[in-house]
Amino acid sequence: MKRYVMTIDLRRCVGCQTCTAACKGANATPPGIQWRRVLDIESGEFPDVRRTFLPVACMHCGNPPCEAVCPTRATTKRADGLVAIDYDLCIGCANCVMACPYDARSIVHEPRYAYGDVPMAAEAKRFDPARIGVSMKCTFCKDRIDLAARTGQIPGVDHEVTPACVNSCISGAMQFGDIEDPDSSVSRMLKETQHYRMHEELGTEPGVYYIWDKS
Amino acid sequence: MKSSSLRAVDLAAPKQQRNWDWRAASNFIAGGAGGGLLLCAALAGLDGFATRAAILLALILIGSGLTCVWFEIGRPWRAMNVYRHFSSSWMTREAVVALAVFGAGGLALLTGASMLVVLAGILGLGFLYSQARILAANKGIPVWRHPASITLMVATGLAEGAGLLAGVAAFTATGPGSALLLGLLVLIAARAWFWKNYLNGLTADGAPDAALRVLDALSPRLLLIGHLLPALVVVVALAGMPGRAMLALAAGVLVVVSGWTLKYTLVRRAAFTQGLSLQRLPVRGKGPAGPAAKPGWKIVHAANKV
Repeated sequence: MKRYVMTIDLRRCVGCQTCTAACKGANATPPGIQWRRVLDIESGEFPDVRRTFLPVACMHCGNPPCEAVCPTRATTKRADGLVAIDYDLCIGCANCVMACPYDARSIVHEPRYAYGDVPMAAEAKRFDPARIGVSMKCTFCKDRIDLAARTGQIPGVDHEVTPACVNSCISGAMQFGDIEDPDSSVSRMLKETQHYRMHEELGTEPGVYYIWDKS
Repeated sequence: MKSSSLRAVDLAAPKQQRNWDWRAASNFIAGGAGGGLLLCAALAGLDGFATRAAILLALILIGSGLTCVWFEIGRPWRAMNVYRHFSSSWMTREAVVALAVFGAGGLALLTGASMLVVLAGILGLGFLYSQARILAANKGIPVWRHPASITLMVATGLAEGAGLLAGVAAFTATGPGSALLLGLLVLIAARAWFWKNYLNGLTADGAPDAALRVLDALSPRLLLIGHLLPALVVVVALAGMPGRAMLALAAGVLVVVSGWTLKYTLVRRAAFTQGLSLQRLPVRGKGPAGPAAKPGWKIVHAANKV
């Protein structure tokens, strides 16, 4: 059984937002909607002040609260650990948006374009009416994961079947792979480091691990 | 741990939810009161006309709330998909119970049969409970997911139902009886207790600062307008002061209006998201790891402490 997860090395992230841009490019999200964000957080008090970059998106939880509350079964947890949305079933009730403790989901009720009501040629070409009025979020680039299942390529190793954000990361802060495979890059990384999962106390079993130090 | 100040609070800190607006709040406001009214009508033993009037009002309230929600959802013409996940979704369960409520309530309205009135009352309680669980299932909103929100939502729904029933009874020939007024008094006290219990629980377990500020601001007004004043009016009515019907009506209005204010505050104004946090700041260079950062929260849970 596969369980795809992501590791994010907070020591390496430089806040360049390349993953944000790559996600937007890969998924053609409308203006104001970012499935992946990198937060720039300054904390502490002078002179002990720290700046930390925190990449966030859907955590593809092992126990996703969004799936439990969804009245339509549009949100499902796949056997490989990805949490997916069937846009044709979703009614846009936003219950899943409220259930997600990671602010990962959004609903766009009207088409939005970068420059007013008229889409640019690229926007018109990639506009997906199925995503209007329904819940949407990071998919871990599931089309690529599905391609891997057909071709035998390995997500996290072969770029063609690896999420766009991971491919784009300039510092190698993000890794993706099967945590059930002891030889995968994520398994090795987690063995060698200290890490945590955000809001784990809520019982969501998130599939994104934040690395903060060596073990 | 040192206190943290974060410039990017607008991104990481809890934010007031914007997806469920007044239309969703209306479902909890009107539907909850309607469910409570159905149960109170079944238990009160009023005459046939008053019972039917109460059931009609309850069905109108529940129907209005659901209609408001229908106007809110992104894909209203797919609304029937709401019935697809009974095994775990309280929204599905609410929709199923709503069908049964309208079936039993409609038949009770037409026939006046006491068994159907009781059945509609039980289903009304089921509808109210489902609504409370819908809120509590949302882990993304700390003030909803607290277990004490369930009893609070049920308590206020029942109190509002009793308040509405007192209002209905005020317009009947016999007027509101002592049993009804006593019941209203008990439910006012119960709501006050569950509200206090809820606030204490939230403070102890942690919630976004902004949400606690909103709820704290509501608390004294709720105590005065929603609990002390209507309780006093009911006691005066029970003591035999003339104008019992009008006193019952006044108490009912106070209980209902304060309950609806409570629910609107809970669903809209105090509904701040969990926000994002750093359980530990990463090691950079040769320095040590930094403390946790949880913007917008005073209490950092044990799991987030270094």
